[in-house]
Amino acid sequence: MNNQIVKLFVVVVVLYALLFGFTSYWAVFDSDSLEANIANKRPLLEEQQIDRGDILAADGSVIARSVPRGSGDDRIFVRRYPEGALYGNPIGYSFVQQGQVGFELEHNDELVGEKTEFLTVLDELQGHAQVGDKVQSALDPDAQRAAVEGLGGQRGAVVALVPATGEVRAMVSVPGYDPNEVPENFSEFNTRSSAPLFNRATQAGYPPGSTMKVVTATAALDSGEFDTDSTLSGSSPKEISGFPLSNAGNEQFGVIPMTTALTNSVNTWWAEAGEDLGSETMLRYMDRFGFNQKPRLDYPSFQLATSGVFEGNRLLTSADAIDIGRVAIGQERLRVTPLQMAEVAAAVANDGELMEPRLWSKVIDPDGRETELDPARQSRVMSEETASELNEMMQSVVQEGTGTAAALSGIDVAGKTGTAEIDVDADINQAWFIGFAPADDPKIAVAVTVERTSGFGGTVAAPIAKSVMETILEEGGE
Amino acid sequence: MSARTRELFALIPVALLVTAGFTAVLITNSEELGNLSFFYGGYFLALCVATHIVIRVRLPDADPFLFPLVALLAGFGVVMLYRLDEGLARDQANWFVLGLVLFSATIIFLRDYDVLERYRYLIALAGIGLLLLPRLPGIGETTNEAYLSVDLGPLSFQPTELAKICIVVFLASYLNERREVLVVGARNIAGIVVPPLKHLGPLLVVWGAAMVMLVFIRDLGSSLMFFGAFLAMIYVATARISFVVVGLAMFFVGAWFFANTIGHVQDRFDIWLDPFDDAGGAGYQVAQSLFAQADGGLTGRGLGESLIQLPGQESNCPPGVSFPDCDAILPAPHTDFIYAVIVDELGLLGGAAVVLIYTLIAERGFKTAILAEDGFSKLLATGLTAIFALQAFVIIGGVTRVIPLTGVTLPFISYGGSSIVANFVLLALLLMISDKARRRVRVEQDAEVRT
Repeated sequence: MNNQIVKLFVVVVVLYALLFGFTSYWAVFDSDSLEANIANKRPLLEEQQIDRGDILAADGSVIARSVPRGSGDDRIFVRRYPEGALYGNPIGYSFVQQGQVGFELEHNDELVGEKTEFLTVLDELQGHAQVGDKVQSALDPDAQRAAVEGLGGQRGAVVALVPATGEVRAMVSVPGYDPNEVPENFSEFNTRSSAPLFNRATQAGYPPGSTMKVVTATAALDSGEFDTDSTLSGSSPKEISGFPLSNAGNEQFGVIPMTTALTNSVNTWWAEAGEDLGSETMLRYMDRFGFNQKPRLDYPSFQLATSGVFEGNRLLTSADAIDIGRVAIGQERLRVTPLQMAEVAAAVANDGELMEPRLWSKVIDPDGRETELDPARQSRVMSEETASELNEMMQSVVQEGTGTAAALSGIDVAGKTGTAEIDVDADINQAWFIGFAPADDPKIAVAVTVERTSGFGGTVAAPIAKSVMETILEEGGE
Repeated sequence: MSARTRELFALIPVALLVTAGFTAVLITNSEELGNLSFFYGGYFLALCVATHIVIRVRLPDADPFLFPLVALLAGFGVVMLYRLDEGLARDQANWFVLGLVLFSATIIFLRDYDVLERYRYLIALAGIGLLLLPRLPGIGETTNEAYLSVDLGPLSFQPTELAKICIVVFLASYLNERREVLVVGARNIAGIVVPPLKHLGPLLVVWGAAMVMLVFIRDLGSSLMFFGAFLAMIYVATARISFVVVGLAMFFVGAWFFANTIGHVQDRFDIWLDPFDDAGGAGYQVAQSLFAQADGGLTGRGLGESLIQLPGQESNCPPGVSFPDCDAILPAPHTDFIYAVIVDELGLLGGAAVVLIYTLIAERGFKTAILAEDGFSKLLATGLTAIFALQAFVIIGGVTRVIPLTGVTLPFISYGGSSIVANFVLLALLLMISDKARRRVRVEQDAEVRT
C-alpha cells in the first residue's frame, strides 16, 4: 500500500504544478494581453483615480478638466468639458463606461502622467500620488467659434493649419456633440442618423471637386511637363476616357493658359492635363501631399481616414484602371478628408514643404516643466518655385475667379473653390474652399467643406473660410 | 525535541506572519494602526496555543506540522477576508474558534477512531443524506444553479463539507474489508490487469452515485472531488491501476454525457473553453478572475491594494444585500474567487505559497497514511488527505481555468462556517491516526534502544 500512497502524492504534486503553471501564465506571461482585453475595465477604473491633466486651448483656456467626486479611497475624478460642444470632435471624451476617443485617447499617457516604470516606482516610494500632465492643444477658441458659426448648422467640416508648423488651429465637424452628455446619451449619439460622434474633419471621405486641381497643377508644374503659360483647349464637352466631359454650365473656353484655366476652374482643360500627366505622375504627387496613407496627425488611427481613389474599401494604385482625367478634377472614385485638403493648401503656403499636422503644442508637467512641440517635416511636395507660381495663380482665383467671396480687405488671399455634384437632378452639391492668407507670408491655411448643399464652393464654403482666416489673422495682429 | 515542542515553535512564525498580514491591511486602509494588529495576532496565537495544549495532552505523538500549517491557512484566510470586509472577517474568526472547539471535542470524545468502522453503514447513510439535503424543498438553496447549501433560518451551511468525511470513513472501512476479494480473480488481457466483472460492482455503484450527484446537485466540482478520492482509495487498497483507468474513463464519459444534456453543466464547459466569448455575461466571473490575476503580476499589488469594488460610485445593491454579495468587480471574492484576490494582491509568489502549503499538508497527510499500521487507518488517512487536496485543486483549478469552474470552497481560506468546521474535524481525524502511528514507531524505537 505504501508504494501506492507515494504514487498518489506524486499525482497531487503534478496537479498542483498545473495550478502553479496556469497561475504563472495568467499573472505573468499573458498579463499584457489580458490587460489589453477590451472586457477588462480595470485599467480605466484605476486611471479614474488619477487626477487626469487638463487639456488647454492655445490661449490657455480650459477645454477639459477633472473634478473629484467622493473622498478618501473612494475618490475618483470625472471629466468635465466647460466649453461643451465647441471642441467635441477633435478632443473627444474620456469616461469609464464609454471609453476614450480623439485627443483624450491619443494623449492618454501624458494626461495620466504615465512615466517610465522606474520613475513611477520612485514616485510611489516617495508617497506621491500619480498626477497627470496638462496638455495644451493648438486649437484656437475664437477660430473654433468662427468655424461653428460659419457652418451655422450646415453639415460639414473646417480644418485650419499653421503652414510652417503643422499646428491645427481649428478643427470643427458639424453636427458636433457635447462630451458632457456622453455618459447619458451615448447610445443615442451612436444611433442618431446625423452621426455626431463621427469626426467629419478626419473620418469623412468626400469628393473634392475642383479643389483637386491644386494637386493637378502641382503635378503639372513641378514635373516640368507644363508651365503657367502652357495652353490647352477649354472647349466643352470634351471626350475624357471615352465619355464626354463638360464644363460647369457647359461654358466654352478657347485655347487658354493654365492661370486662366485655374481662375475659372475649367474642367475640360484640367482633365486633359491630367491625362497628359498620366496616373503615375498624378499618384506620385498625391503621395507627396499625404494621400494614399493615414494622415500623420496625433489622433487615434481608427478616427483617421485615408484619402485616395477607392474601389469599395480598396485603395487603388497606378496599376489599377483609373480615369485619371476625372481624378484630376476631383471626380472619379476619389475620396478625401477635409484634413487632407487643408494639408494641400498648407503645403503650397509653406513654400512647397508639408509639415506633419499636430493637435498638441505643449505638455506641462505638475512641476511646471514644459515640453514644446518640435514641428516635423513630412515631405517636400514641390519646389519653392512651383509653390510660388501656384500661390499667384490661387490669388487670382480669389481676386477675379470663383473664390472672390473669400477675399479679405487689405490682405491677399490665395485659394481654390470646389463644387462636386452629388445629385444633379436634386441640385445637391459638396461645396469646398481651400486656401491660405496672407498670400505673401502665409500664417494660416484652411479647408472648408459643406455637405449636401444647393450652393457652390464659392458661395457657401468661401465665406466660412474667410471668417475663420480673418479671426485667426486678427489675433495674430494684436 | 519532542513533536509537540516542534509544533509550539512552528506556531510562532505562523502567528508573526498573520500579525504582519493584519498590519499590512491596516496600513493600506490608513486607519489608526495602534497595536490592533498585535492584538489580533496575539489573540490568534493564544487560540492556537490553547488548541496545542489539547493536542499535547490527548495526542502527544501526532504530526507536529499539520496543525501549524492549517493554522497558517486559516489565519491567512481571516486576513484576506479582513481586507475585503471587516464583518466577514469577524464571522470567519468566530467560525475559526468554533472549528477549534469541534476539533478539540473530536479529539477528546472520540477516544478511538476505530469505533467509526462499527457504524460505517450508518455513517454512509448520513453522508448520502447530507448530500441530498440541498434538494429538499423548503430548505435547499441554489448557487449558480447548483444545489450546494441548506438554509435553516439564520443558519446556512454546505452539507457537502461534512458529507465528504462520512463518505471517506465509509469507503475506508468498506475497501479495507473487501480489498483482498477485489484483487482475486483478476485477468490479464493484452497486458492490462482487469478485475473480474463481479468486482466492478462497487465501482459501478460509486460511479453511479457520482453521476447522480452530478445530476441532482449539478456540481461537477463536488462530483469530481468525491469520485477522485474514491479512485485514490481503491488504488491504494488494491494496487490495481486498472480500477483507476476504468473509473476515470467512466467518469469522463458520464461527465461528457451530462455536459451535453444538462444546460448548466454545459454552460460551465463553454465558459471554460472560451470565457472571453461572452466576457460581459456568462463568462464574466472567469474573465474577471483572470483579469484580477493579470493585475497581480509576479509580486502582486500588495495586501489591500487591489481593486475589488467600483471606486467612487453609489452602491447598486438591492436592499438587504451588501458588498461582497454585490458591487464587487470580481464576483464572490470571499468564497469561490478568493484565490484570484490572493494572486491580485500577493502576485504569483503569493499564489504559489498557498499552493505550496496545500502541498505540504498533503505530504504530511500521506506520510501519516504510510506510517499507519492497519489497513483502515491507512485508507482513512489516504482518503481524507486526497479529498482535501482535491478540493483545493478543484477550486483553484476552476479559478485559473485548468478545469471548468465549480463551486467548492478553498479549504480553511474561503469564507464559510461549514467549510472551516468540517475541515477541522477532518484534521482532528488525521491527527488521531498520526498519533497512533507515530506512538507505535516511537515505542518500537525506544524498545530497540533498550535492547
